Amino acid sequence: MSLQNNIQAIIPVQCRSLHKSYKKIQALQDISFEVNPGELFGIIGPDGAGKTTLFRILTTLLLPASGSATVDGYDVVKDYKEIRKRVGYMPGRFSLYQDLSVEENLTFFASVFNTTIEENYDLIKDIYCQIEPFKKRRAGALSGGMKQKLALSCALIHRPSVLFLDEPTTGVDPVSRKEFWEILKKLKQEGITILVSTPYMDEASLCDRIALINNGKILKIDTPENITSQFGKILWTVQSRNMHTLLIDLREHPAIGSCFAFGDTHHVTITNEQLKMDDLKAYLEGKGHADIAIRPAGATIEDCFMDLLK
Amino acid sequence: MTKNIITPDSNRQSSIVNCQLDSVIQVDNLVKRFGHFTAVDHITFDVKQGEIFGFLGANGAGKTTAMRMLCGLSKPTEGHGRVAGFDIDREVEKVKASIGYMSQKFSLYNDLKVWENIRLFAGIYGMRDKEIAQKTDALLQRLNFTSERNTLVKELPLGWKQKLAFSVSIFHQPKVVFLDEPTGGVDPVTRRQFWELIYEATSEGITVFVTTHYMDEAEYCNRVSIMVDGQVKALDTPGNLKRQFEADTMDSVFHRLARNATRSDN
Repeated sequence: MSLQNNIQAIIPVQCRSLHKSYKKIQALQDISFEVNPGELFGIIGPDGAGKTTLFRILTTLLLPASGSATVDGYDVVKDYKEIRKRVGYMPGRFSLYQDLSVEENLTFFASVFNTTIEENYDLIKDIYCQIEPFKKRRAGALSGGMKQKLALSCALIHRPSVLFLDEPTTGVDPVSRKEFWEILKKLKQEGITILVSTPYMDEASLCDRIALINNGKILKIDTPENITSQFGKILWTVQSRNMHTLLIDLREHPAIGSCFAFGDTHHVTITNEQLKMDDLKAYLEGKGHADIAIRPAGATIEDCFMDLLK
Repeated sequence: MTKNIITPDSNRQSSIVNCQLDSVIQVDNLVKRFGHFTAVDHITFDVKQGEIFGFLGANGAGKTTAMRMLCGLSKPTEGHGRVAGFDIDREVEKVKASIGYMSQKFSLYNDLKVWENIRLFAGIYGMRDKEIAQKTDALLQRLNFTSERNTLVKELPLGWKQKLAFSVSIFHQPKVVFLDEPTGGVDPVTRRQFWELIYEATSEGITVFVTTHYMDEAEYCNRVSIMVDGQVKALDTPGNLKRQFEADTMDSVFHRLARNATRSDN
């Protein structure tokens, strides 16, 4: 029992049945999960799912209606001062001082946490060196990507034990998103536990474990691999020359459960195991489709998320 | 400007593109400079009626500046452009009256009811009260929204808001609608329903000009252009682009083109 307590004491993030509501809207309902030391944990869901509310509670900026949570073993309500010393938080909206220069912002955040840029420079070096040429520029005059890098540098300058990143890649193009995830991988190697939220389902596979969240409720928590391998339905990709009518015709087939567009193919789930690919092909030919291609497929996180929404 | 002659192309899905010869958007060597900075650097392309045209590019590539010129909100420094038959430099008000616009950032007024938003935008576009009333009923029925007629927009779930915003942007039946990252942050099911609304609109002859950061959505476009550092570096059907760049997905096409960008961000 005491051993268990010891282990629990070092769990970086732990939520037990968190609830929060704003007037009529239930922002968070019965949220429970744990993040392990050194883990890159993703909170994945659309806008309005409750991601930001959850982050604000964990960073002690908002009180839960009920339930409890600890960060580094400290209670988010009682021990808020201790938590604020230990965590780094990068909100979704840029919230540095626009009228201070790049360097002044970083110096300010370092001094608030009783440290200096020099002391933890090795941690932020790879990120900060990209904006250092512009260190005299006002933060408000930076481009979007540079603001993001400055915000991350400021969130890291006191070497936090847990880093909270709320939608760091929203609205960012695919190339810059990839670069940002490379940065996160490096930070993870430094032993920092990272909790990151995103509405992009394709980023799920870059996390160690993920929680899928929608309408204030967690739909599933596991590794991305386990979630996709537990999809549990026959999934095929289907293509033909006219993808729009194909969607409509596939949905009319009695043995097809769901049918969604996925880039250049449609993903269909088969509810009747007796259905053969040749049967479906013959059905589609009868509907006038040409160049039909049907292949078995593995589920993606997006397939799983949509299945869980039902 | 030479007019492209389109021959029936049996390889491609879009029968609409092939049977319509009209260009709804014509852009010829369009340039926009801010001081010494060339945000848009001699771009040239045509968009046909009923086409879904994907306008991709990294942050800072110049997409927003180009789109603002096409919507009549920013004057070109050089070059020419016509949207819905009107010159984007000299017939700005006619351009504005012929287009629809929707973005994720701004779409509807939160403090107005559903019907009030429709009434407001339709009124701005000069529609008559009787027509507005009739079409409002039809629209709300089609979207299964009739029960929400008197709901404040801020109380609608995000996905509903986006679908309503799109429907409002094409309510006055513009020739072309500009969609600026319309599906950002929306759940995957709603995102797909949104694209089905786009398909419906094109089947009514509306041309769709859309930007997105979701590369799977690039596949839903008839043609896609990719901007890098102010220039259009690639423009073709998704299938042809993938063949050209020997890539399996539009995501890898995008990475190949955009990773060498020297500019970043807006």
